[in-house]
Amino acid sequence: MRQRPNYPAGAGSLLWLVLVGLPLYVMLAATLRTRQDYAKNGPLSFPRDLTLDNYTGAFDSGFGRYFLNTIVVTVCVVGVVLLLVPPLAYAIVRSRGRVTSQIFRLFLLGLAIPAQAVIVPMFYLISEAGLYDNLLGVILPTAAFCLPMSALILSGAMRDISPELFEAMTMDGASPRRMFFQLVVPLSRGGLSTIVVFSALQAWNGFLFPLVLTQSDSTKVITLGLYNFQTEHGIDIPGLLGAVTLSMMPVLLVYLFARRALVQGLMGMGGK
Amino acid sequence: MTTQTTSAPPAAPVPGKARRAEAPYTARGTRPGFLWALPATLFFALFAIVPLIMVAVLSFMSWNGLGSPRFVGTDNWQRILDDPVMIKSIWLTLLLTALGVALQTPLSIVLGVWAAGHQRNRAVLSAIYFVPLLLSSTAVSVLWRALLDPNFGIPARMTWLFGDGNLFGEQASAIGVLAFVSTWQFTPFHTLIYQGAARAVPQVLYQAAAIDGAGRYRQFFHITLPQLRTSVITSMILMIVGGLTTFETVLILTQGGPGTDTTISAYYMYQKAFKGFDFGAGSAIALCLVLAATVVSLIVVRVSGYDRMRSSTEGVS
Repeated sequence: MRQRPNYPAGAGSLLWLVLVGLPLYVMLAATLRTRQDYAKNGPLSFPRDLTLDNYTGAFDSGFGRYFLNTIVVTVCVVGVVLLLVPPLAYAIVRSRGRVTSQIFRLFLLGLAIPAQAVIVPMFYLISEAGLYDNLLGVILPTAAFCLPMSALILSGAMRDISPELFEAMTMDGASPRRMFFQLVVPLSRGGLSTIVVFSALQAWNGFLFPLVLTQSDSTKVITLGLYNFQTEHGIDIPGLLGAVTLSMMPVLLVYLFARRALVQGLMGMGGK
Repeated sequence: MTTQTTSAPPAAPVPGKARRAEAPYTARGTRPGFLWALPATLFFALFAIVPLIMVAVLSFMSWNGLGSPRFVGTDNWQRILDDPVMIKSIWLTLLLTALGVALQTPLSIVLGVWAAGHQRNRAVLSAIYFVPLLLSSTAVSVLWRALLDPNFGIPARMTWLFGDGNLFGEQASAIGVLAFVSTWQFTPFHTLIYQGAARAVPQVLYQAAAIDGAGRYRQFFHITLPQLRTSVITSMILMIVGGLTTFETVLILTQGGPGTDTTISAYYMYQKAFKGFDFGAGSAIALCLVLAATVVSLIVVRVSGYDRMRSSTEGVS
């Protein structure tokens, strides 16, 4: 029935393609050219003398270290989320107790708490705990702020497991623990990968917690490195864009190979 | 104390008698008790709920970041309510949020409905569309700061369109840049929401409309849009919460300037607390943000049906 092409929407999407594609082109082109070339011929021209100096320059100003720190933070945040959220979602979906429904309500309200809102007391708590300027002090709050959305996404996935399977396992005399490991975890793999994508992106792209809770170069994460680079080398635009490109490279590579999983993960962030 | 919380294994069901009491064997199956939810809940309470309570307490205290906080009553509140920059920051926050909703909503509906269709090049195009969504706000802001640089950026090359090329020098254009950059970054996300919802619209409705002779535009306004109603609300509420808590974009693109012309509340809170070492006033501003976000999210829970336990895979392609 709907065979005719949708011209207005098609035009809108082409416009959007230019809006997204052009900046990305300018960025990638700029990273391959010299500062003089960029200043003389403008951002939209084609690069002339190709160079990789903008990338090596970023590494010279510490980006290797920042990468390593960001990887540590991301892996640990995903680890904490994977350790805590599946049992939580299991209880939310299967337990019938009043306490559990209160807990679920608490996490729903938790969706409302923006990181900015708690940053002052977080600074106080982390300093008091002696974790200021320590990657653990970034990992813990970042993971905590991934919990509400992850719980929501995963409990949604677990709800799709058919009740008959639980009944059948009950007949076999399975304990809640056995059901969790043999039924719930294997059958909610889709939801599990979604929460991994979601929390890894949160951790990789996190800015406010590292900004306020770390200080020295040895604990700097990549977003913070980028921010510093910008304040220090603001006029070296090709160098700056080289650093930006480096910071997004890992995510872009994963996106190239696992586009579907990533997009579905992002879709999960928006609720339904 | 904190490491203990993280390394604790998932709450195992208590063996023996306790388990039977908690997980009664019923016709509908053995069920887990609330202990399974406990580790996550304690962790979340420690790092989100406790600070949330503390922000309320700190808003009545004076603290400069060193030493101990001291109780000062409503002093902080009086100061921020008398502060013209604070009042201005609230208006700016509301303005930027409204601009974001007004720009992103129509754009993401059109793109989302388009992406839900069956065009030939859709897959390739939409792969590029979603790239901004993967980038950190920091990367996006630094990228646009570079592209819009007054001396070397795109506006400096197109003076016929951008005047002197310094978009950050005036309030109107600086606000325009901030609204544009968040639209650039978040439209793909809202497009995803609409794409999922548009796919879920029953095709029968379009078939019936086609038989009645309704054209494409009538179908869009009389079928597609009404069917997207819940998604419009969900997406708008997410935009509002996002708008209230915009931070990196302002910090990196405008530093709140020129003057205080783009100093929105979240940025002002950061400045007060972490630049001015006035953590009491910072907490009071933060508490205002919490209240605003809570009101909006209570609406999201009500309207979107999160609390009615819907399947999250609905509408996922």
